Amino acid sequence: MIRFFANANYDFIKWRRWAYGLTAVIMLVGAFDLVIRGLNYSIEFTGGTLIQVEAKTALPMGQIRQALDNVGLHGAEIQTFGSDTSYVIRARTSAAADTTGGDTVAVAASVTRAFDATAGAGNYRFERTEVVRPKVGRELQGKAFLAIILSFFVTLIYLAARFEWRFGLAAVLATAHDVLATIAFISLMHIEVSLIVVGAVLTVVGYSLNDTIIIFDRVRENLHKYRRQNLYEILNLSINETLPRSVLTHGTTIATTLALLLLAGEVIRPFAWVMSFGIFTGTFSSIYIAAPILLLIEKRWPGEDARGARVIGARAPTPATPTAPAAPRGAPAPPRVPAR
Amino acid sequence: MSTIRGRLIMIGLLVLGSALSLLPRNVTQRIPDAATGRMKDTVERRVPISLGLDLQGGIHLALEVDESKGPVPDCADAIQRAERVVRTRIDQFGTTEPVVQIQGRCRLIVELAGEKDPARAKSIIARTAFLEFRITDMQNQFQAALPQIDGVLRRAGVKSRSAVPSAVSQLFGNDTSKAAKDSAAEANTPGALSSLLFQGQLPGEFLVPEEQWQVVDSLIERPDVKQVIPRGIDLKWGAQVESRGATSYRPLYAVESKSIITGEELQKATARRDQQTNQSIVEFVLSRRGGRKFGEETARHIQHYMAIILDGRVQGQPPIIKSQINARGMIELGSKPLQEASDLALVLRAGALPAPLMIVEERAIGASLGEDSIKDGIRAGVVGVALVIVIMVGYYRLSGALAVAALTLYCLFTLAGLAAFGFTLTLPGLAGFVLSIGIAVDANVLIFERIREELVHGKSLRLAVEDGFKHAMNAIVDSNVSTALTAFILYLVGTGPVQGFAITLIIGIAASMVSAIFVVKTLFLIWLQRRPTMTTLSV
Repeated sequence: MIRFFANANYDFIKWRRWAYGLTAVIMLVGAFDLVIRGLNYSIEFTGGTLIQVEAKTALPMGQIRQALDNVGLHGAEIQTFGSDTSYVIRARTSAAADTTGGDTVAVAASVTRAFDATAGAGNYRFERTEVVRPKVGRELQGKAFLAIILSFFVTLIYLAARFEWRFGLAAVLATAHDVLATIAFISLMHIEVSLIVVGAVLTVVGYSLNDTIIIFDRVRENLHKYRRQNLYEILNLSINETLPRSVLTHGTTIATTLALLLLAGEVIRPFAWVMSFGIFTGTFSSIYIAAPILLLIEKRWPGEDARGARVIGARAPTPATPTAPAAPRGAPAPPRVPAR
Repeated sequence: MSTIRGRLIMIGLLVLGSALSLLPRNVTQRIPDAATGRMKDTVERRVPISLGLDLQGGIHLALEVDESKGPVPDCADAIQRAERVVRTRIDQFGTTEPVVQIQGRCRLIVELAGEKDPARAKSIIARTAFLEFRITDMQNQFQAALPQIDGVLRRAGVKSRSAVPSAVSQLFGNDTSKAAKDSAAEANTPGALSSLLFQGQLPGEFLVPEEQWQVVDSLIERPDVKQVIPRGIDLKWGAQVESRGATSYRPLYAVESKSIITGEELQKATARRDQQTNQSIVEFVLSRRGGRKFGEETARHIQHYMAIILDGRVQGQPPIIKSQINARGMIELGSKPLQEASDLALVLRAGALPAPLMIVEERAIGASLGEDSIKDGIRAGVVGVALVIVIMVGYYRLSGALAVAALTLYCLFTLAGLAAFGFTLTLPGLAGFVLSIGIAVDANVLIFERIREELVHGKSLRLAVEDGFKHAMNAIVDSNVSTALTAFILYLVGTGPVQGFAITLIIGIAASMVSAIFVVKTLFLIWLQRRPTMTTLSV
């Protein structure tokens, strides 16, 4: 039988300040990037025209850009999409164009002229066209925003029903951390924010919450089981006990996400990137944000048995080693007592 | 033993039901005929999972009322009129099941799967509606010409499709018409056209069995047939299919070529229920000029039937003209529901006030791009599943193999769920499916880890399995609920493709609960029963 971390006894919580530092750096850099560059919204949100062109042969990008300029599409972005014969042209509509009745047909016609000039008529075809009016884009922005707010709200209610408020608050803060970290990642990677990317962020929220809940479930169970250990030890014990599950589940999820990232094509790639990062940050935050925050909350507003206050107040947990379980005070309870 | 049998029967039923809902079946597809350019129905066999536009290619259009040339007071009404108009043109789209629906209040969504030509689709949608009133063929001129038409068709070598050697058949107990007798006497062979027509309830009305209407349509469109159709008479199909007993019929009307009035003259149409007679009524108001003209015409046509034709399709059954009508008239629908009256009023308004539409969103996806997406998605899925199998079997050995067996059922259940509830599989949906395979094994991981722990605690195999499942339940339910909640919100606010993602995630969660808990536990029970002496578990 293969067992990973079967009797693991790492002192995860000890490293919490390093973890805070790491995540603070990511978020600061992300926030800086966000302010400087802003998020790269898809035309679904901004309004505009997207045309994906498949050419028979590779065309020099400079030539296409030149041709687009020649037909008057100055603001258009052009990128290769997956292969070097596939191009995506994005022209965002300005608010002015929207009120004058739209230039959507004009954009398609201009792109046609530009490709007639570079590739020659018949040597390319339009694979995909998307035309969105800014009004529809603004609506979608509202919807996406609503989705994120709603999911937080529903999650809060669920946690409130499921856990005591201290646990719930810690889980929500951990989830908020995941959203912020993921946005920082999206900004740094310059991933195009489309509705499906918002969907990925929400999926990350669900996934990360799920991970936190599984650890917290174990914490609650262990709090009842081991009456003499403090919260610090209980948290470490719970994380260690759920470690094999975490490794396995994150392993299978990462495996499928990587398959999507590498094989499922260009359209799904932004989604897969966000999911991949989300799995990391979700795992990280369950251990290094949710658990230590629970410790902080218990210190400030002690629960019934005030075990959280005890450990922080004492501030002297001896670092545990993988072989010898931590036993900071009193008679050491064995880390695993046969149940009942 | 009995619990195992019960469980196996349950699983068997689930698998059977899933397999049935995924069985390839005949799907009627409406495509333009390359030769004639007209639409025709073709039947193909395929697995009944509907693919989103992003996977099979097609066009998605969102339309709103165009207010750039002046404000439109009631956009909801304008959009309803537009929807009615687009619906009457639904046959002209080159696609199986065009989606025409109103989203919110003032937006019309049209989805045409497989449609390749956005310009053509847009022109069909945006064309201004044309409404006209015409008197039906009161003298039965068309019926009288039927033997001649049959003769033309016979000479052209068109074989009759009906085995019944009667001409215009009796369906509703009217007197056998003279024409029918004539034609039956004239030829022993059934007429190619007349054998397909059943006489309706009013002059100029014929009923065609729904499955034959394409045939009839192609016959009456033949140039040689058109030549012998009496001058001054046109043939127009009814918009709605009528069912009589088990069969559906599509009405065909012979109407005068000249319209007595057109939609231009119509100013207002409303539906209501008459308090005294309890009848459904449509009231309409014509312009002053229109009222004068309508008064003259209706005076000449009292006791005649008047077909209401929108875009060449007769709407509802033509009402009888009871007296001269000037600028204000009403159509009595008798005991029919108010809904039908409202629909007729909408038809009149649709023809009267063309709603200026503007496309606010347009997505056109080429079929080859969709095919590539499916190919890529399946490839990613296969690789993802293979990796999950390697991890699970490598780590949990035999138990892992059981989980993998359950995983195949999971895939089956999820796809069957999509097919059974008629949800659409989109590209993000495909991604959601692949992703959910990775997440689906989480339940099994939680259970197996618990079993291992229980074993470490020194419990017997049977008890460890029992307790492992029991103690893992809490965490499994929690984790699935949190994912399902976010997916549900995404479904509520999302648009097409993203909704597809949310749906596959939700169905996937439900399916994984069944497969990971119920199926795997059954497999465990069987395993333990087969090997009562087993002391170590391959977990």
